[in-house]
Amino acid sequence: MSSEAHAAHGHGHEPGHEEAAHGSMKGYVTGFVLSVILTAIPFWIVMGDVFREPATAAIVVMVFAVAQIVVHMVYFLHMNAKSEGGWTMLAMIFTVVLVIITLSGSLWVMFHLKSNMMPGGTHTMGAPQ
Amino acid sequence: MTAQAPASTVPADDGVNFYTREEHHPENGTLLGFWIYLMSDCLIFAVLFACYGVLGRSYAAGPSGADLFDLKLVALNTLFLLLSSITYGFAMLEMAKNRTATTLLWLGVTGFFGLCFLSVELYEFHHLIEEGATPQRSAFLSSFFTLVGTHGLHVTFGSIWLVTLMVQVARLGLTAENKRRLMCLSMFWHFLDVVWIGVFTFVYLMGTL
Repeated sequence: MSSEAHAAHGHGHEPGHEEAAHGSMKGYVTGFVLSVILTAIPFWIVMGDVFREPATAAIVVMVFAVAQIVVHMVYFLHMNAKSEGGWTMLAMIFTVVLVIITLSGSLWVMFHLKSNMMPGGTHTMGAPQ
Repeated sequence: MTAQAPASTVPADDGVNFYTREEHHPENGTLLGFWIYLMSDCLIFAVLFACYGVLGRSYAAGPSGADLFDLKLVALNTLFLLLSSITYGFAMLEMAKNRTATTLLWLGVTGFFGLCFLSVELYEFHHLIEEGATPQRSAFLSSFFTLVGTHGLHVTFGSIWLVTLMVQVARLGLTAENKRRLMCLSMFWHFLDVVWIGVFTFVYLMGTL
């Protein structure tokens, strides 16, 4: 029974696949070093007031966050198009689409609602004036 | 003749199989299921991030993020969570080599960093509430405590799960079931680190700008 089960699993358990499921020392260390760098730079940008324009700093910090999320996905969560026959990737793409719709939709609708409905009609999201 | 026709189209035993005779389970049904759970958890956080995005600048004449946040503390917390992520990775590598003692050691280190993270976060919350920046103070603080608190609760439950699994591994060893459980917790733990990237970027760094 166990040998049969092992044979049935055989095609998916080549050494390379095993590596992908658990990662490798090199992969984890690479991911860690990249994460530290991608964390340190945005903290330095904000704490050291590197950019004069807060909007520029915000965009740069967000770009670093996206890069670090990708690093975590690849090196720590071992995302790739092949794991589980592609179903994890499909579930993630679906979720990312929902997340983008939720975030951008909420911000868009609520920002316009506020700027159209607030007495005084301030067109910023700042404190009431 | 008519009875033989279908038989001739289906090759009998010439080595070509168009179907598997034995039961065919998916290789990692649990892990895929757990991944889908994580994606649904991701949606919870997306909604909380959206709330924070909408309410995060409504200070009600109270303190703003720039007044309250201590970025050095946040950087320390980020480091704790990142360290716990890589030590969990080391535990998984030891698990793949079937070394129970070192797996438990790395899991213990992971739990230690998780507790460090929670302690710093509780200290921060306590400090904020002492200063009068309670969740009731403004919409900004309500959404802040909800978002960061939900992440903290996830880390708390992850730590409880971690201790439970350490007891399981210590008592039963690295059985197939325990390995599967450890892989699920590994995904959960790394996922929380991913959510934390969003928290420190959107809440702390952009709130201080």
